[in-house]
Amino acid sequence: MSRLTTATAKPGGSMASKALDGADLRYHNARPLRTQLNKVFPTHWSFMLGEAALYSFLVLLLSGIYLTLFFDASMGETVYQGVFDKLRGVPMSRAFASTLDISFEVRGGLLIRQIHHWAALLFLASMMLHMMRVFFTGAFRKPREANWILGVLLLVLGMAEGFMGYSLPDDLLSGTGLRAVSAFILSIPVIGTWAHWAVFGGDYPGELIIGRFYSLHILLIPGLILAVIGLHVALVWFQKHTQFPGKRETEENVVGVRVLPTFAAKGGGFFAVVFGFIAIMAGVFQINPVWNLGPYNSAQVSAGVQPDFYMGFLDGMVRVWPAWEPRNIFGHYMIPAVFFPAIVGATVLMILVGAYPWIEKKFTKDNAMHNLLQRPRDVPVRTALGVAFLTFYVLNLINGANDIFALKLDISLNVMTWIGRIGSFVFPLIAYVVTYRLCLGLQHSDRAVLEHGIETGIIKRLPNGAFIEVHQPLGGVDEHGHPIPLEYQGAPVPKRMNQLGYAGKAVVGVIKARDDTGLIHHEALDAAEETGNGGTNGNGGTSGALRPRDEAGTHSGH
Amino acid sequence: MRTPDEAPRRRITRGSKSFRRLSGGLALLLALITVGFAYAALSPTPQTAQAAAVDPEMIAAGKNLYMNSCITCHGANLQGVQDHGPSLIGVGEAAAYFQLSTGRMPAAENAAQMPRKPAFFTPEEIDQLGAFIQANGGGPQVPEGQLRDDAEVAKGGELYRLNCASCHNFTGAGGALSQGKYAPALSEATNSEIYAAMLTGPENMPKFSDGQLTPDEKKAIISFVQMNKETIDPGGLPLGGFGPAPEGLIAFLVGMVAIVGVTLWMGSKA
Repeated sequence: MSRLTTATAKPGGSMASKALDGADLRYHNARPLRTQLNKVFPTHWSFMLGEAALYSFLVLLLSGIYLTLFFDASMGETVYQGVFDKLRGVPMSRAFASTLDISFEVRGGLLIRQIHHWAALLFLASMMLHMMRVFFTGAFRKPREANWILGVLLLVLGMAEGFMGYSLPDDLLSGTGLRAVSAFILSIPVIGTWAHWAVFGGDYPGELIIGRFYSLHILLIPGLILAVIGLHVALVWFQKHTQFPGKRETEENVVGVRVLPTFAAKGGGFFAVVFGFIAIMAGVFQINPVWNLGPYNSAQVSAGVQPDFYMGFLDGMVRVWPAWEPRNIFGHYMIPAVFFPAIVGATVLMILVGAYPWIEKKFTKDNAMHNLLQRPRDVPVRTALGVAFLTFYVLNLINGANDIFALKLDISLNVMTWIGRIGSFVFPLIAYVVTYRLCLGLQHSDRAVLEHGIETGIIKRLPNGAFIEVHQPLGGVDEHGHPIPLEYQGAPVPKRMNQLGYAGKAVVGVIKARDDTGLIHHEALDAAEETGNGGTNGNGGTSGALRPRDEAGTHSGH
Repeated sequence: MRTPDEAPRRRITRGSKSFRRLSGGLALLLALITVGFAYAALSPTPQTAQAAAVDPEMIAAGKNLYMNSCITCHGANLQGVQDHGPSLIGVGEAAAYFQLSTGRMPAAENAAQMPRKPAFFTPEEIDQLGAFIQANGGGPQVPEGQLRDDAEVAKGGELYRLNCASCHNFTGAGGALSQGKYAPALSEATNSEIYAAMLTGPENMPKFSDGQLTPDEKKAIISFVQMNKETIDPGGLPLGGFGPAPEGLIAFLVGMVAIVGVTLWMGSKA
């Protein structure tokens, strides 16, 4: 053996460990990988909503690839000669004819189409719920403002992607929606006509739009979405996930489960569950039966046309907006009424939503770093603003289908319109006030328990004849027997004796045969006490004990 | 001063004033008669088939029913009553058939629109009332025989989307109109009812005369509407046939509720 050659270590261990050793020898990846795989993620249920959006997007990619094999994105005219009797001999675009073929003649085509469409709805819906969670818990605060913007961008990209997908089959429903969007573009002052010509390559509908949407829908926008999702998740990874305050959770650490094996297994399982639910929905509920709608023909229109739900608020605002047309501006120019709700309204809403972290910072002057989440009740103004916005959003979603509500609930369509108009101002105000008062009430309730203890339900008669209810103090009593008030720490406060473990076994549960929600796991509690983290700080003392973690790690990375 | 030659001798001679008057009158009479015959020969026959043998007893029975059930709103002479009911002169048996067989008449109340309900009269009584209405001013009648043409269903679909879908929806699920009026769902409509509705344009519906939609086209449309109800609609529960609004609702009520339920369960296990 030469002096210059390195003595090779005696190979040992299994094939896998040998291979991994080899990889580490060459790429030095063991240490960074160990750091990453030891990363800890909190386990609160609401943190999985974003995952649901991610997994439905994966389902969209998989099902979409299958559909591209059979879809013909051409507006060239053909006469349908397929298996569906009710349309045989009808002239239509090749896009529509190939959608019919996917539905009726491609093996599994209808199921995949329906999976794709339901996954699209759930993608948007879970993004919205995820966004609500982030908003109401204040997760968007410093240092995570950029991720809020990326999230808003994802929502907008998702809406655009969904709308284009909805337009691709070139059926009578989506064509009507496309005509509405064409009108929105045309209504923009000065550049409207040119913008329309740029998008459609001429007058509506032209012969290009389906092909253009196809390229955007299957390539550009999904690519953008994937890239932004990558950034979004990378930021969560490097900035660490937020968590609710608790017994061990502080601004400086992350309490949860490690990436391997628990978090990864949980994520994989949840992906399977999301995919399964989407597949079940696609099997049980019909979605977008284009064969009933017929091919697009600009001379035809149906009653009860709406866009998919994520565009519904836009359609609703357009429906209830009064027919105000400013005329004779600079001589002979006019602005169509639809411009105000569809273009101005949507833009203003998007700017408001995107700028919210800075708006809040402007008013609260809170520029501190925040890694702990807030309970919605503790920030009544933000919570009330959010609920007011949601009220406006949902009302206009209803406005977007006001003709169906009118028909099915036997209400005059004109009344529905006026409910939408007046309600757009009044309902959010009512929602704001009610939510604000509810938040204050919940705060009072928490503080009452921290100061006086939990109501036991035991009524005691005093020697002087007065009746009092016995309270169980949470923080012990002083020498006079008065409860020692505890400070609120931003974490849930036990409200029932059950949660302290007093219920025994007799109480019948809602889901289970017996209610064991209040049982204390003493072993876990003792274990926690021994590690030295068990200092009871009032509310945390009980709530922390209720959530024993088998596999808990602390990650101090801030 | 008059001379004897100028005595009033009213002899009718050729070229005299009276002769011209008489011949002119005869010529006019002849022309009028000719025009009359020509008109009778050239004028179009009424569009609807004349009831060959209308049983006077049926008309009498119909009149009897009319006097009991309809007279309050439509008047003793079918002339209509202000703010209550329209004139029925010339609406034809088809209109009476549509309104009575769908139970819209007799009306329960004077509302924005009369809803469909179980028919109050028996089919015989409906025929009698129809005969009575037909006997007073005529009007359109529903033809006998086969009213659908299943071979032309695709053409019927195109015609339906062009003429009907804008109010009755793609799938015949119905749609709202202004001020509480609506285009009803077509789920219960029979062939003759759809035909009668197209001919007579009940309530807010436009009339589609045989000039606008030929009888063959009407039959194709009926075929499309009825086949939508009869043939299997693939893909699962149709959610009312209203498209994206109920689909969005199901996405939240079923899809998101299930997914959030699972996150709650997984969160509680962690």
